[in-house]
Amino acid sequence: MSRQSNRTTDSKKMNSELFTLTYGALVTQLCKDYENDEEVNKQLDKMGYNIGVRLIEDFLARSSIGRCQDFRETADVIAKVAFKMYLGTTPSVTNWSPAGDEFSLILESNPLVDFVELPDNHNTLIYSNLLCGALRGSLEMVQMAVDVKFVQDTLRGDNVTEIRMKFIKRIEENLPAGDE
Amino acid sequence: MRNKEVACLERKLTGMTDEALFEFLHMEIVSHVYKEQQASNGGMDNKDRAVCVSVLEGMGFRVGQGLIERLTRDSPSFKDELDIMKFICKDFWTKVFRRQIDNLRTNHQGTYVLQDNKFALLTQLSNGKQYLDHAPKYLAFSCGMVRGALSNIGLDSVVTAEVSVMPSCKFQVVIQKL
Repeated sequence: MSRQSNRTTDSKKMNSELFTLTYGALVTQLCKDYENDEEVNKQLDKMGYNIGVRLIEDFLARSSIGRCQDFRETADVIAKVAFKMYLGTTPSVTNWSPAGDEFSLILESNPLVDFVELPDNHNTLIYSNLLCGALRGSLEMVQMAVDVKFVQDTLRGDNVTEIRMKFIKRIEENLPAGDE
Repeated sequence: MRNKEVACLERKLTGMTDEALFEFLHMEIVSHVYKEQQASNGGMDNKDRAVCVSVLEGMGFRVGQGLIERLTRDSPSFKDELDIMKFICKDFWTKVFRRQIDNLRTNHQGTYVLQDNKFALLTQLSNGKQYLDHAPKYLAFSCGMVRGALSNIGLDSVVTAEVSVMPSCKFQVVIQKL
């Protein structure tokens, strides 16, 4: 569907490389700073959350999307608009719970992990955990408390990358942002 | 929604928001580095600031090395030092910051000053003098990227940046002779 010239395509690729490389440098630095993977995972989640609470405004401004009617719509918007917009990939939305409050995002490709290999001593590192925090933070700003976690990760040898999102509750009042 | 609306949006998206993601990530990284230094040292004196700048510069260095590798893979080799600096000002700057350097000056003895009048990572901060003392935090990573890029091309350098009026800034590159 793209009528992008070569230059635009290259520029887009370069920018996602910039993001991917920067993310890699961040994870490397965190692994240096913290004793164990658990702590790194926590930091990534916290940083993702801080990014998410700001990113949502950028997203709403760019996409002009109105309020979603239900969690299914939210899932669609996350997969088809947000992921496409920021990461250039559209995960599929599957594995809905019977109650309709839980679903999975299946990513065939995860731009964060291009050219990344986990070294042996980081078995419990959730490399892309920033994504979970970002999703959580963004949705909190639109009054949804959600739980987000990776259940499959190609970096850890799984076939696909799967993010599980669970709706906890609607947030009635504006909670102060910030996860300090 | 409005499945039609989503489909329509899908078609409209050109993926020009990659840069937004990097900028958000960069800001958060800067914030994190300073918060952590403050927390572990119970304060923020000049030594702490120097550590933060050094950490950010080091991260930028690795990224710059990675970026230039891909950029120069298919390019012919460079004629001379000036040729390399022009490449940084045009190709590298365009790929990373989506614009070219506005002004390149040199003393032809290994010192170059690259001026960007609308530096991408400062435009969010302010237009003018507000938050001027915070600007160095947001330049350290980029200085590192330039140093890393040059390093992979075979040039050792010291890269610093200064800002007098945002979002314009000057990067000073001093090539180290062996």
